[in-house]
Amino acid sequence: MERRASRREFLRAAGGVAAGLGLGSIVAVRPAHATPAEMQEAIRKVVGSVPVSPGKVKLDLPPLIENGNAVPLTVDVASPMTGADHVRAIHVFTQKNPQPNVVSFHLGPRAGRARVATRVRLADSQTVVAICELSDGSFWSDSADIVVTLAACLEDGI
Amino acid sequence: MAVLAFAASAFAAEIPRADRRSGSDFMSRETRAMQDDDTANPAMLWVLEGGTLWTRKAGAAGRACADCHGDARATMKGVAARHPSFDTAQRRPINLEQRISFCRTDRQGAPPLAYESRELLALAAYVARQSRGLPIEIAIDQRTQPFLDAGRTTYHRRQGQLNLACSQCHDANWGRQLAGNVIPQAHPTGYPLYRLEWQGLGSLQRRLRNCLVGIRAEPYEYGAPELVQLELYLMWRARGMLFEAPAVRP
Amino acid sequence: MASALINVPERAKRGEVIEIKTLIAHTMETGFRRTQLGALIPRDIIRRFACTYNGTEVFRAELHPAISANPFIVFSTIAVESGTLEFHWTGDNGFSATQSTAILVE
Repeated sequence: MERRASRREFLRAAGGVAAGLGLGSIVAVRPAHATPAEMQEAIRKVVGSVPVSPGKVKLDLPPLIENGNAVPLTVDVASPMTGADHVRAIHVFTQKNPQPNVVSFHLGPRAGRARVATRVRLADSQTVVAICELSDGSFWSDSADIVVTLAACLEDGI
Repeated sequence: MAVLAFAASAFAAEIPRADRRSGSDFMSRETRAMQDDDTANPAMLWVLEGGTLWTRKAGAAGRACADCHGDARATMKGVAARHPSFDTAQRRPINLEQRISFCRTDRQGAPPLAYESRELLALAAYVARQSRGLPIEIAIDQRTQPFLDAGRTTYHRRQGQLNLACSQCHDANWGRQLAGNVIPQAHPTGYPLYRLEWQGLGSLQRRLRNCLVGIRAEPYEYGAPELVQLELYLMWRARGMLFEAPAVRP
Repeated sequence: MASALINVPERAKRGEVIEIKTLIAHTMETGFRRTQLGALIPRDIIRRFACTYNGTEVFRAELHPAISANPFIVFSTIAVESGTLEFHWTGDNGFSATQSTAILVE
């Protein structure tokens, strides 16, 4: 019963806007969610004390996806990718998954282009953050919001 | 006259051919892109494996599928788009997975492949891939008619704790939202397919069992005649539509 | 060896930036799911993916449970010379898979 009410709540509030209601994933027992603070901590582990500025990175995520199990994600950084000026790494983090880390890509001048893509799991509607590390040691970020919906007829009959 | 009219309307009219749309038309652009790109479609991993199994000798007869059927790209063209089809030995229609499994036991002398096993799904995906782009064609004659009628009756019958018939969502309310997603018309144009929900490839029967669980009905066992009849009806209902296996669905 | 699909152009011009798509079969069990009876299903994922070009690593990724099942990774590299591109995945429970493909650079 509680779960049905949650779904109705979700549908009322979701309406195209990133909900952030923390309603949990579809499995029978929901694991604890990471919090925005945990995501910040995970980011800090990567960047250290260097400040992170918004810009240079472009995180592409669909605004709405029908299932959180396989969300296409692309990160593109405007960079000449030369020996002197290139992207060293791209890191992706989430706010509401059980764990904040998603993936770390390590590039370099051999990449030619700082563009990577993958498919990720997102436990709920939330904000995803991409951070890139440049060869000069600076860090840049971008974030994107996504609404995750669900089909009606599932296997587990929750 | 009024009573007759009511009985007729209990069987909702089929979706007119001009309005028939595949489930892929109801998906987001991103999910559609996953299906349309063979280099990104996870179902292609099963097709790849199926291609390997196709040439592997198996069973007491020491035969590979290829030994009888040659190059699947030619010989399996259209096969998946014409299943379920009537099997004279069994005296009933059987689906593609059953056809492959019977070949394993009867022709290769190998142990049967379990429903939804990785091997069976890989072979089914590989065979189904060879029908991509072809129109679905289900042969209905006096042998298959009773099974089609049984499938149609199941499709229109209210079932489960939610007391819903398939037709209520998929004929009468397709295109509308249910639990955040759009209700498709339920044409099995892409099976076996990669369902994002399953995080893997599965058969039409697995999906139908999910539907039954969704309406809180007891799902029929894999291979149950009720499921094959329903598959037969759904494929016939989708006749003329283009096959798109192996598809991706949410 | 788990099924893997690699998409790389067979030939490229020297200096051209080529896009590489990789897809490998793996359930990527997160370690957060439970069985119907409540028992935790242990984590079993691919942790690392690397691409070497004639022996030199040109790309590397560290994966966490948030990467979808059947990991799909797209990246690019400069076609510097003809040779072999090798792709290597490693993960929990001693998982290891390698695939290689030849490239002709003119």
